[in-house]
Amino acid sequence: MNTIQTIQLSKRYGQKLALDNLNLEIAKGELFGLLGVNGAGKSTAIKILSCVSRPSQGDARVLGYSVTLQPFEVKRRINISPQETAIAPNLSVRENLEFIARIYGCGRQTAHDKTDTVLASSGLEAIEYEKARVLSGGWQRRLSIAMALISDPQVLFLDEPTLGLDVLARRELWMLIQKLKGEVTMILTTHYLEEAEALSDRIGILANGKLKAIGTVAEIKQRTHSPNLEEAFISLAGEREGQA
Amino acid sequence: MRTLAFADRNSKEILRDVLNLAFGLGFPVVLLLLLTAIQANVPVDLFRLDQLTPGMAMFGLSFISLFSGTLIAKDRSSSLMMRLFTSPMKARDFILGYTLPLLPMAIAQVGVCFGVACLLGLTPSWSILTTLLVLIPAALLFIAIGLLCGTIFNDKQVGSICGALLTNLSAWLSGTWFDLNLVGDTFKKVANLLPFSHAVNAGRAALAGNLPAAYPELVWVSAYAIALLAIAILVFTHKMDSDRV
Repeated sequence: MNTIQTIQLSKRYGQKLALDNLNLEIAKGELFGLLGVNGAGKSTAIKILSCVSRPSQGDARVLGYSVTLQPFEVKRRINISPQETAIAPNLSVRENLEFIARIYGCGRQTAHDKTDTVLASSGLEAIEYEKARVLSGGWQRRLSIAMALISDPQVLFLDEPTLGLDVLARRELWMLIQKLKGEVTMILTTHYLEEAEALSDRIGILANGKLKAIGTVAEIKQRTHSPNLEEAFISLAGEREGQA
Repeated sequence: MRTLAFADRNSKEILRDVLNLAFGLGFPVVLLLLLTAIQANVPVDLFRLDQLTPGMAMFGLSFISLFSGTLIAKDRSSSLMMRLFTSPMKARDFILGYTLPLLPMAIAQVGVCFGVACLLGLTPSWSILTTLLVLIPAALLFIAIGLLCGTIFNDKQVGSICGALLTNLSAWLSGTWFDLNLVGDTFKKVANLLPFSHAVNAGRAALAGNLPAAYPELVWVSAYAIALLAIAILVFTHKMDSDRV
């Protein structure tokens, strides 16, 4: 059974069709890269799949649960690292993690124990008592991702997780994401094509709300007769609205 | 569990903001000291501690709207709200989580105000505890205003509306600073239509040990508190269900 399945998923904002008839199947443990220029529909798709936004048409099933009919069941099993750093600024690193563990249903002791584990695995132990607001952008981003992991999600949405990180921090985060592959089903959106290529099992390219291509990087390159992913991406996503 | 975790987080966010403490506790206390000093030199009935303290406590409560409104508006404008909306938290977890921590804060704030008043010469009595209870509907009223403003406006707008407009309006129209009879009919009518003067009158009556006189005033304040809380919950739930996070 697929972990994620979208069925003719569409979203309209007024006259603008942000997502147009998206049909997608993502297998358990797969890391799926969702690519597209700004406004292509990536964030809209993630918002619908994470039950923040309702589709105008169609439905999606996450772990067998409908995002329109069973959003609470979906929400219990997923987590997200939003595009911008999502932390509580006046809470310490530890408090942020315990807070998220508790809103996902953990008791105080379990939340404490899980926090110990996540602090160690994310390299945040040394700053566990620092207030989140005083951390550098890189550490805040790392905390934000650790907060997404503490609930042991079966599905994880990573919305531009390495935006604004330096090369070293980005590589460390790649390693963390690679460790999760196979266990956690992930949807990654990114503007860094080398990141998508390095991490994704398969890639989908969205343009003007439509899924233009789907497959492995090699398949997409072959289909577009492109020497690299960037050329393939430009040929598929380059058509701006009105030029199509 | 989720509600308590969220309430715990909100308490920490509010209490760890020095400006919140400075305004919420410091400002009413400084005004109490100042007006008591004026009263010592130029005796004015309105500035007697038994008259002034309930008004100053009510004025202090208006900052609760600023605290809650700012916190909610900041949460809404940050990605944290997106994270929380994707979590299994329900609308009631959000509403109770934002509301619950403010009630003990409001009670503590009123307590500090009366503590300072006692140091300045207010006679300690059981009536102070009654007054504290009588001011709880006013606390709920200001919590509801904060919830509503935080849900509708951004944090800068909340700063202007709750931080400047509401605190001034609630002070002027409460009869704390001046006798409403001195200003004229229209002003007094407007003040009487709003809940602020009723909250102060209820507090004054309770402090004087005249609870029957406090009840009709409490009806006004409670009606406003319930209505605004209901509107705030409806608007927040609607926003949560809509696509605009």
